[in-house]
Parts: sequence; structure tokens; C-alpha cells
Amino acid sequence: MTTGQVGAVRRRAGQDPKTWSRRFVANNGPLMGLVVLCVILEFASHHVFLTAGNLSNVLVQASTIAVLAFGQTFVIVAAGIDLSVGSAAGLTAMVSAWMFTSAQFPAGIALAAGLACGVVVGAVNGLAVAWGKLPSFIATLAMLSIARGLTFVISGGKPIPTPSSVSFFGSMIGPIPVPIIVLAVMGIACAVVLNLTVIGRSMYAVGGNIEAARLAGLPVKRILVTVFALSGLFAAVAGMVIAGRLQSAQPGAATGYELNSIAAVVIGGASLAGGVGRASGTLVGALILTVINNGLNLLNVSAFWQQVVMGVVIALAVFIDVIRHKGLSH
Amino acid sequence: MATWAGREDPSAPTELLRLTGVSKSFGPVSVLRGIDLTVHRGEVMVLLGENGAGKSTLIKLIAGIHRLDSGSIQFDGVPVQFHSVAQGEAAGIATIHQELNNVPQLSVAENILLGRLPSRAGFVTPGAIRRRARQALARVGLSDLDVDQPVGRLGVAHQQLIEIAHALDVEAKLLILDEPTAALTAEEISALFAIMVDLRSRGVGMIFISHHLDEVARVGDRVAVLRDGDLIDVVPADTDQARLVRMMVGRDIADQYPRHRQTDGESEVLLDVEHLCQGKRLLDICLRARAGEVVGLAGLVGAGRTELLRAIFGADHYDTGVVQVCGRRLASGRLRQGIREGLGLVPEDRKSQGLVAQASVRENIGYATLASTAHAGFVDRAGQAGRAEAVARRLRVRMRDVDQPVADLSGGNQQKVVFARWALAGSQVLLLDEPTRGVDVGARVEIYEFINDITAAGATVVMASSDLPEVLGMSDRIVVMNSGRIVGEIPADQATSDQVMALAVRDVESPEASGGANPPEVSGETDRAQAPNHGDPIKDGGNR
Repeated sequence: MTTGQVGAVRRRAGQDPKTWSRRFVANNGPLMGLVVLCVILEFASHHVFLTAGNLSNVLVQASTIAVLAFGQTFVIVAAGIDLSVGSAAGLTAMVSAWMFTSAQFPAGIALAAGLACGVVVGAVNGLAVAWGKLPSFIATLAMLSIARGLTFVISGGKPIPTPSSVSFFGSMIGPIPVPIIVLAVMGIACAVVLNLTVIGRSMYAVGGNIEAARLAGLPVKRILVTVFALSGLFAAVAGMVIAGRLQSAQPGAATGYELNSIAAVVIGGASLAGGVGRASGTLVGALILTVINNGLNLLNVSAFWQQVVMGVVIALAVFIDVIRHKGLSH
Repeated sequence: MATWAGREDPSAPTELLRLTGVSKSFGPVSVLRGIDLTVHRGEVMVLLGENGAGKSTLIKLIAGIHRLDSGSIQFDGVPVQFHSVAQGEAAGIATIHQELNNVPQLSVAENILLGRLPSRAGFVTPGAIRRRARQALARVGLSDLDVDQPVGRLGVAHQQLIEIAHALDVEAKLLILDEPTAALTAEEISALFAIMVDLRSRGVGMIFISHHLDEVARVGDRVAVLRDGDLIDVVPADTDQARLVRMMVGRDIADQYPRHRQTDGESEVLLDVEHLCQGKRLLDICLRARAGEVVGLAGLVGAGRTELLRAIFGADHYDTGVVQVCGRRLASGRLRQGIREGLGLVPEDRKSQGLVAQASVRENIGYATLASTAHAGFVDRAGQAGRAEAVARRLRVRMRDVDQPVADLSGGNQQKVVFARWALAGSQVLLLDEPTRGVDVGARVEIYEFINDITAAGATVVMASSDLPEVLGMSDRIVVMNSGRIVGEIPADQATSDQVMALAVRDVESPEASGGANPPEVSGETDRAQAPNHGDPIKDGGNR
């Protein structure tokens, strides 16, 4: 431990003479990766990538995965994992659509019910983790199945058209697609919660050392429930964007998205061990995933190979991060 | 058994292990200095010393877990320098550690042969496994134990014997036992000693660590006393206990303990604990601490000091009893209520319980006051930073700035950060568990000065410490715990280390010591007292 501290002190001392810009590059590896990626794609695609139309396209595509990942960031910072966000997104949109069409509630109420449903799904996860002492992996794996099953039960396996309140999430305000606005709002909300609020700072403490957090008097169980409830709420918003863009709630919507959201958070520099993670990193992680997807489409790479490339990128990104931290601490 | 025959040859040299000038430091801390020690075949060498005297480090050097800085080790006539436990084991050195190292899910036989399962072409050979396991078990007097049952189902005593069987299977020439009796009942200890006597007659050398002075003469041949990393002396095992205690603790307490005692003895009672009971770990604890006072909690490791502090703080539940802080009664296990009423705990292990390593100094100081200073759920960032800075300066935390990650600070400064948290929260009753463990001398004195400051301002401190000079030097009153009870209270200005140590090591389990009031079934004395101990009598395989 002592030698580690000495190493850490030396490392800092060695960094001090470096310029601010070099430190910025060192601390923002994922962002640098994204910039390099964009430059390469710009040339490889013969200047199609960096057009306003394509960039808007990328941001719209990124919005659902980014919003899911912002919610996932809370959970991962608190040293948990949420496998149920994809199913929660599917269920909440379905609940809104069903409330409007079958139960004939007003569109606004239907939307609110869908969002509330996301909070409830998340809170149940949180209760199972905090009081039930289930590992979050197991609790949310169970919820993944339960929520998806309920989606099919409610819909009878068929798509349901969305109310105007939900369709709004897929529309445009002037020239700007609403999903991009949602991306910005939820990203800022995530950053504000993580950095400025009591609950956000407590997440880092719980994720960093749950016993120390408890002995310092932080309400650990309440924090865990809130963390998962927030993730559920963010998943619900993502679900509205997906359904809004399609003008209908699909029973199979967002299947498998939980893994992409986890990948985005981890590529963005968060640690699955907890205590580390930033909203900006998660945004970059989601953008990297989307840009690669978009770029491979522009380059006419087959969808089958795209999956292979995606897997390699995820492994590579985290590997680079591991090497970077190892290199610094030795 | 044939393996021992050769060693009974009278012409064989009797010297088994020779340490010459063995020294070891961890960073700047010198843990062992110039140890010369010899262990003979068929000899039980007892290693005696306070917590932190260097006993564990010494046996780890012998077993190959740590490497020597200087000096040499000669084993079985040849100079050795082990680089791993496996090398030590191959040479014939086996260690029974304080903590059980069995794999609970695996069978008895698999545990005994762990790491050396007999196999043919990569497939284990169950017949050979059982046969060898039974042979090893026979040597520890458990010849009719079912070797196929999982070890986790057995009691602590059996598990301990299975570890010894594991050690004997490597045909150990030297067996190191690190406090093997801590978790055992009196009967089980007798059985263990019978096995040790048997092994001794077969020429196995043993190094035996124990805190119980009465065990020294029962099983030992010679006693090596360590104190602060020096070997004080090696004496016969029948040496007078009082002399052994003096050798263990006899150091001068210089001015490194700057306690300013308050004179008035009748100030307000801030902490009042009455008849606190928690399983077999805490037995009818009554404790009071007054404003301006430092109450020292002395006792051996496992005496129940940590359990008591955690129960008072609300970190663990207790069964019965009353805890009052500043006149307000606290509910069991309600940690945040306790903090609101003025409690603060500096836990035993700052790394795993005290600090969030990745977080900054500012955040770590602010956790206890995060919610109470917030506005509508938003952290008062500027205010918290300013207050954290001020309190860190008061405690002289050496850091670049308050945004530095706490992991980058030295042990002493990390500990000051934990103190700073409670200083910021304005805690009136501070519970300290090993407050200066792993803290260098300079930071230590600064922590003591902080203790002086807050008690002068009317707070009270309950300080559990295994560092006897610290307890004697900084307390106003010393309360001694032993096996989950409070066994004595001594005003600090009259206390001597011998007196405290005598209470701490006294055998409270025997009827005469506890005045016959309690049946001797209480087998506290360790953090593992709660471990499953089905109390099966140890089966006597005829070795005695």
C-alpha cells in the first residue's frame, strides 16, 4: 500500500510539468478515440460522414442508447449493474400506449403512467438489491424477463399505436429532431444529479466503498433504491423515444439494448467495480458505438460483420483503458 | 509413520531451524531487527509478544510468505531463502494460520490434499485420495472422520485439526501454529496439545504463537519473547508468568503521549451503556464516559472491543441493554440516529471501513454532513469545501489540496481525514478503534493533540487500542475487556502495563477466575466465536 502511494505521488509530480492540453488528452481517452474515429470515417466515406444530415442522423440514432446509458451510469457508479433497462424501455412505452388506446386515458396521463412504470420497475430492482440482498446482476436479470413478459401480456404480442404525447418524442421541433433534445436534456440531468446532488455524490461513496459509506452515516439502502429508480426512469424516457419514432409501441422494442448501454458506460471510462464514471464519458461511449455503426453503414459493410466489429471495439476500448491505468500506477 | 523413523536416530543433528540476524522492514517501518533464534527437532518454541511485536512477520519470513531484508535462515542444515509458500512446504515447513484456510465446499479429503491431489494422467484417483487423507487424519487423532463430507459442515476445532492434517501430509519437519487455540474450547485445546506432544515425540519441531500465558508452560519447551521487533530473550517455558509479562510489555512510556487530563471527575455523562449483550461476543457490558474524559479499552484481539464500539455506534445490532448518548436513548442498530445524537466512529480498518479511496479528501471529510448541509437535495459545494479545508488544516492533514484523492495520502494523513469527518459533524462522543494503527509517530502525536482538543472542549472519547503504551499514555481511565466481558477498570495514573496485561490474558473461562458465577461454556475470546462450533468432542484416535 505504501509503495502504491509513493507511486501515485510520483505519478502526479511527473504530470505537473505537462501542459494543460496534454493532460486533457490523457484524461479524455474515449473522447480522443471518438475524434480520431470521426476523422477516419470522414475520409473513408469520401466526406459524407461530416454532413449536417448525417450528423443529425447519428445523434438521433445515439439518443436511445445514450439515454439508457445515462441511467445505467448511476447504477454502475454505485457498483451495480442493470440488465433490465431494455425490457423496461419496451414495457413503459407499451404501458403508455395501452393506457391510451385500451384504457382510454388522456394522452398526457398515459405518458405519465409510462414514466411512473419505469420508476416502479427500477425501484423494485432497488428493493430487491438493498433489502432482498440479491446481487444486482440477478435481480435485474429477473426483471429483464418479467418486464419483457409483461410487455407481451399487455400487448398480446402485437404493436399498439402510440398517443400523441409519446409520438412527440419522435417528432421535430423546427429543424431539430426531438430525440436530440431528449438526449441533451437527459445528459444534462444525469450530469447534474451525479455532480451536484446529495444522492449523486452518495452514489460514488456507495460504489467506492459501501461499508465506509454506511459507517459515515449515508442511507445506503435508500440510495440504492433511488439509483435503480432513476435508471428505470431513464429507461422509460428511452422507451418513449423508440416508440415515438415508430409511432407505435412494439412488444420486442429495445431487446438486447441493456448490453449496449453497459458497453457505452464502460467505454466512457466508468469502472464496473463502482465509484468511477461521468455523464460526459457515457455520452462519448454511446457516440462511439453509434458512429461505428453509422460509419460501417456508410462504408457498406455487411450487418453480419458489423456485429463482429462492434464486439472487437468494445473489448479494445476497455483494454486500452486498463492498459492506461496500469501504465500509470506502476 | 516410517518417515519419522530416521529422525529418531540419535546421531541426527538436533538443530532444525536457525535464524541469524534476521531483519525486515515494510517501507520506513522496521518490523524485525536482528533476530537470532534456533528451534530444535522435537521442540515446541513458544513465540510471545504483544500485537504488533513482529510475531506474524517472523513466521511469515520462515514460511516463505515474506522475504528477508538481511540475515539468513538455515533449515535442516542448509541455508535457505524461500520465495514462496510452496518452496517452504516442499522443504518441510507447514503453517497453520490464525484464520482458517479450508475451502468449505470441498471434502475433508480434498482439503487435506489441496494442491497435491494424487492423480493419474490428469484424472484424480479417489482411492488414493481417501487413503492418504485417512493416514493424515490418523496422526491428528481423527481416524474415523468421514473424509467425503464437506469441511464447511464441521466445527471450528475439527477444521483446525484438518489444517494440521494438511500440514502433516507434507511430512512437515517444522510446524508453525499461529494462535491455533483462539477459537477452541478448553477440551479441544487439551486434545490439540496431546497431538502436539505426540508430534514432538516424533521429532517435529514446532513454533507456537499464543497470547495465553497458561498455555506456555503446558505445551512449550522454550519461550522467545518479541517486543517492538526485537527479540528480548529466550527463556525456559516454566518461567514465572509475571516475568514473561514484564518482558512483553516492559518499555518506557516517554513523552510521546501528550495527554492533558481534566481534573474534575463528576462532569456530565455523555455515553451511558448499560447491560449490553450481543450473543456470546458481548456479555453484560456496562460502560460510562463523561465529558472531557478519554476511556481506554484494553484487551487482546478478539476480546470484544471492536464489537462493543460497533454495537454502541449502531453498526451492528445488540440483543439486550441500553445505550444512551447525551441523555438520549438509541435504538439498536440505528447508526444514523446515533450520528445525529453526537456519535462518531473511527473504525478499525480505515481502508475497508473508513474511507472511499477514489474520492477526494473534501468528499471523504464531508460524507457525514452531506445531507444536513444540503439545500433542496443539492450539495453545498462551496460551503463543504471551505469547511473541509478548515478542519483539515486544524488536523494538519498534509495534502496538495482538498481535491486530492484520499488514496494518495499517507496512512497517518488518511486517518486524520476520518477524524476530520467527525470533527466537522461536531461529534460529542467519539469511538476510536485502533486510532493510530499504521500511523507514523508524527501524525500520531497530532492525532493525540486533536483528542486533547476535543476533550478539553467537552467531548468524550472511548479508545480501543492494542497498543498498550498508547492506552496507558492517553487514557484517563482504562477498562479491560476479556472474552466479551469487562473484567476490570483502572485509573490511568495508577495503571501499569503488567496490571492491564494480567487482566487481559487472565483465563476467565475457568470457574475459579469467574468466581464460579458463570458456567464455563462461554468460548468467546475471538472474532470467530460466532463461527459454527458444534462442540463435537474431538475423537481420540489413541494417540494420547
